[in-house]
Amino acid sequence: MKEDIIKMEHGAGGELMEGLINSSILDNLRNNSAGGIGLEELDDGGTIPLGDRHLVFTTDSHVVKPLFFPGGNIGKLAVSGTINDLSVMGAKPLALTCSLVIEEGFSVEKLDEIISSMNEVSENSDVPIITGDTKVLAKEELDDVVINTAGIGITKQPISDCNLKEGDKLVLNGSIGDHGLSIMSFREGFTFESNLESDVQPLNKLIRECLDTGGVRAMKDPTRGGLANTLNEMASKSDKGILIEEEKIPINKGVRSAGDILGIDPLEVANEGKVVMVIENGFEDEIIEIMNNYCSNNCEPAVIGEVIDEEKGNVVLKTEVGGKRYVEAPVGDPVPRVC
Amino acid sequence: MDKEKLADKFSKKIKEITPSREVRAIHICGTHEQAITQYGLRSLLPDNFDLTMGPGCPVCVTPAREVDEAIELAKQGVTIATFGDMLNVPGSEESLSDARSEGADVRVVYSINEALKIAKDVEELVFFGIGFETTAPTNAAILKSNPPENFYILSSHRLIPPAMELLVDMDVNFDGFIAPGHVSTIIGKEPYEVFANKYDVPTIITGFEPLDILFGVLKFFEQIDSGETKVENAYERAVRDKGNQKAQKMMTEVFEVFDAKWRGIGEIPNSGLKLSDEFREFDARENFEIELGESRDIHPGCKCHLILTARGTPEDCGLFGDECTPQDPHGPCMVSDEGECNIWFRYGRRPKMDI
Repeated sequence: MKEDIIKMEHGAGGELMEGLINSSILDNLRNNSAGGIGLEELDDGGTIPLGDRHLVFTTDSHVVKPLFFPGGNIGKLAVSGTINDLSVMGAKPLALTCSLVIEEGFSVEKLDEIISSMNEVSENSDVPIITGDTKVLAKEELDDVVINTAGIGITKQPISDCNLKEGDKLVLNGSIGDHGLSIMSFREGFTFESNLESDVQPLNKLIRECLDTGGVRAMKDPTRGGLANTLNEMASKSDKGILIEEEKIPINKGVRSAGDILGIDPLEVANEGKVVMVIENGFEDEIIEIMNNYCSNNCEPAVIGEVIDEEKGNVVLKTEVGGKRYVEAPVGDPVPRVC
Repeated sequence: MDKEKLADKFSKKIKEITPSREVRAIHICGTHEQAITQYGLRSLLPDNFDLTMGPGCPVCVTPAREVDEAIELAKQGVTIATFGDMLNVPGSEESLSDARSEGADVRVVYSINEALKIAKDVEELVFFGIGFETTAPTNAAILKSNPPENFYILSSHRLIPPAMELLVDMDVNFDGFIAPGHVSTIIGKEPYEVFANKYDVPTIITGFEPLDILFGVLKFFEQIDSGETKVENAYERAVRDKGNQKAQKMMTEVFEVFDAKWRGIGEIPNSGLKLSDEFREFDARENFEIELGESRDIHPGCKCHLILTARGTPEDCGLFGDECTPQDPHGPCMVSDEGECNIWFRYGRRPKMDI
């Protein structure tokens, strides 16, 4: 069903957004492939074959409220997000762009802080930001600031988010829900858990090392729509089932209680420093070890489930009592129940 | 033994004694439905067993007319305090949330105590008192402890056993009740005796942990198997036979039982609580002029009333999941955390799977 106007849910990474992309973008933008992975594949980026290599190209516009949140700010998010999009395609990120759209009246001090954060992430991950653009819009034509970063990377073999095979293991590099729930709690004015903070971080080095093992079949970063959305996308694109075990999914205590209070499922909120890898059976211990080496505090990489031949296109959750239910792709951005 | 092994043990025992015919039990409570769906318990139960939800969603059964009353009061400039679930429930035309967008003072609270605090800062405060036997005693206790003069209750409390009796009278086909643990901690075992004695319907008082529910279902099947019908307490760690007599006394002192309407279901004898004459000074209906037009319980296409009386599931509704979502609810069952549509939407709508 095609709607007349764009609603907030259209941008929330769920089924509504998928509908919009199919009907308004893919149906109209038909010149959409450069010979490699094109727009229609709806992957984290597109590819351009170049001799025996592939250039990987991606872009993302970043908006976040609040601009500064526990664990980071919009600048850190904008650089990490694009680095991660390239990395989950299997590419070594080469360079980024930075386009700023700023509202009239925005504080220069805040802007400096945001740009410094961008530089810090760029230096730590060895991905330079080599070109950019800056626009200022009149007051109220925009809320604060929007940052677009595009990124280019290179790889011998792009990794896609499909091609799952029966028996493959699903591995997650740490706890989920931290980014989404820390931002939501912060917005709602809840201060019940001081240790609740965003997991935003660049993952290129971790992913590179995992790829070098040769055991990574597919991967994806569970950003908008969370783990629930990511797994559903992987299952439906590969036409395989995914079976995950509730007890094995790492969720921090603070995230769980914030989720309970706000009525939000941690599986459905964004992560900004997490990757789900589909690993060829037998490689999972090696991958977990690498992930452990990249862990800061409070992070537990885990094998959370496996690819199955039954229930094609579906994600099945085995609960702590052994019951089974489906994990649905969320329809809109989760809304806390109190507002 | 870990939970999974215990659950497996219950599941096997249940399957061993399940007759080959179709068997159906009705559980009453949204909290039960939430646990059953969230923990995937239906996948552990026999295929020929249907465990379906009844009317135990307080927000869902509050008639549109009573939501309209709250909206009308809010529009008169009175501050309304209500549980978050109630905010987005459509009344006849609009919701409290709509009224709030138009400038009315509607506050979301987690308890009546929070509402009392707000009363200190506003001219007049009406607490929209919804809920079953679990919330009514707390509200009664507040009224007995000299609340401020500007504090009123708009009572929409309902009682569970009369609604269960309606299901029996309605000829909804079923073999037994899984009775709600929370309500039973207040009312005890006695109010359910009628189901076993008069109607020959096994009734099992059941807790809310996934293992409690499997245990309750096992007790139900044991009665089906033996042919003996009784009220059984499978939640002994919380429910006493006589219930919480202090809470019961509190309720009878402050409230009077009356024939109340349930949303989309109609009037059920002796199923509601209104403030007794002694407490009329706190009764919003006695102290404000509330003039309302016709009310409308069921919005076009919505099957909430059928779902609440175990005559349908969310999947029987054409709106479910497409036009009707928690973001854009057409009926109360999709709004409330305790509504079956909302629960199925969040935790997977299709209970059968092929693994």
